[in-house]
Amino acid sequence: MADKPRDVLLGPIFHNNPIALQVLGICSALAVTSKLETTVTMCVAVTFVTAVANAAVSLVRHHLPSSIRLIVQMTIIAALVIVVDQVLKAYAFGISRQLSVFVGLIITNCIVLGRAEGFAMHHGVWLSFLDGIGNGLGYSVVLLAVGIVRELFGSGKLFGVTVLPLAGDGGWYVPNGLLLLPPSAFFLIGLLIWALRTWRREQVEKEA
Amino acid sequence: MAHRETVGRTLAVAFGVCLVCSLLVSTAAVSLRPRQTRNRELDQKRNILVAAGLLTPGADVESVFRARIRPRLVDLETGEYVTGMDPASFDQRRAARDPAASDPIPAAADLASIKRRPRHAAVYLVERDGRIGQVILPIYGLGLWSTMYGFVALDAADLNTVRGLVFYEHGETPGLGGEVDNPNWRALWPGKKVFGPDRQVRLEVVKGTVDPSRPGSEHQVDGLSGATLTSRGVERMLHYWLGQSGFGKYLDKARDRGV
Repeated sequence: MADKPRDVLLGPIFHNNPIALQVLGICSALAVTSKLETTVTMCVAVTFVTAVANAAVSLVRHHLPSSIRLIVQMTIIAALVIVVDQVLKAYAFGISRQLSVFVGLIITNCIVLGRAEGFAMHHGVWLSFLDGIGNGLGYSVVLLAVGIVRELFGSGKLFGVTVLPLAGDGGWYVPNGLLLLPPSAFFLIGLLIWALRTWRREQVEKEA
Repeated sequence: MAHRETVGRTLAVAFGVCLVCSLLVSTAAVSLRPRQTRNRELDQKRNILVAAGLLTPGADVESVFRARIRPRLVDLETGEYVTGMDPASFDQRRAARDPAASDPIPAAADLASIKRRPRHAAVYLVERDGRIGQVILPIYGLGLWSTMYGFVALDAADLNTVRGLVFYEHGETPGLGGEVDNPNWRALWPGKKVFGPDRQVRLEVVKGTVDPSRPGSEHQVDGLSGATLTSRGVERMLHYWLGQSGFGKYLDKARDRGV
């Protein structure tokens, strides 16, 4: 199944989600999801880096000596992340300031290196590119879900627009401050994984 | 497969990858730099307006800045305005690193832990109806992890009353020291008095909450909870920059003959 473009693209969203099934890339999922604006930027950045890094690694895979394989992959990923960081600083200054170090930390996001090493080293350029997009989307689905819950119930807003008028500003909604703190993302991701594995029994790990 | 693993091959691949990646990175960095510089300058102006309390939602930063703010350059040693240098192109951080444009600070006097003091500094005069209402001074110094950069606005009438304080760049712990940029905490500053009757800097960031009935509370501001060292950093940098080794001489002169 892994080699049909459709499955490669869509599989990582629910069937083989990088966060929910493989539990990778959690760090940034905690850090950037308190507001949707930063969440969406992060999703686009990670999807771009994963896709282009996959394609680039796949392109050079027949020439890579295995002794420096990982270093070359990291170099490609790091270069792409710096480009993304520079572009954000030029075109989305406010957001790049809020994301601060977390753009740079895409380099250490296990999803990116995991796909480069696990998929792109053995597949063609086009399939690898799709796999990168797919995994980026899988990452994005979880981040957006967490981001929506955190911003809506944590500050009564979506994309900075007030949805639930806050009691502090004369409305009725008393925000849950915990949701703005990083640990809340842990709870939400935990609940999400639980829900997904109840729906898709085959994702439950076998007892050791 | 074996031919991939030779030393020459490994070096060639490593070199090739590095070359392509460095070209990519440097192209991006160079081609985007003018835009990034413009963003940084705009952000700087925005923060000056925030310190002055002039930033209303939806206002155009550039035009408000142009209409209300008069940047001037000050010689910190003499306290006089400098003519013949453009304050807009003056880069304080570069000056602080440049041995020709800065002086080392003796360790005992280095309250803000910044090691070198630039000889010049830009100050921003806020104009209203042809009169100067506030003076905005750039300040920076070490917090817990990072150098914090900000502005303090003083009332031009007495050069003693704080009108605003803002930090626009820092790397303090989010949620603890990072609260230096929290508007609620910043709102505690306006109205505080910098100097005691003896002209010494008296501002103090205290632990817990200030008791307004106690004498001296006009110099005190609540500390940030869970961020003792960041709070102390703010206090020390204010003492440095508003004291005689910072803007003290400039403030003395301005007090005598007007801003």
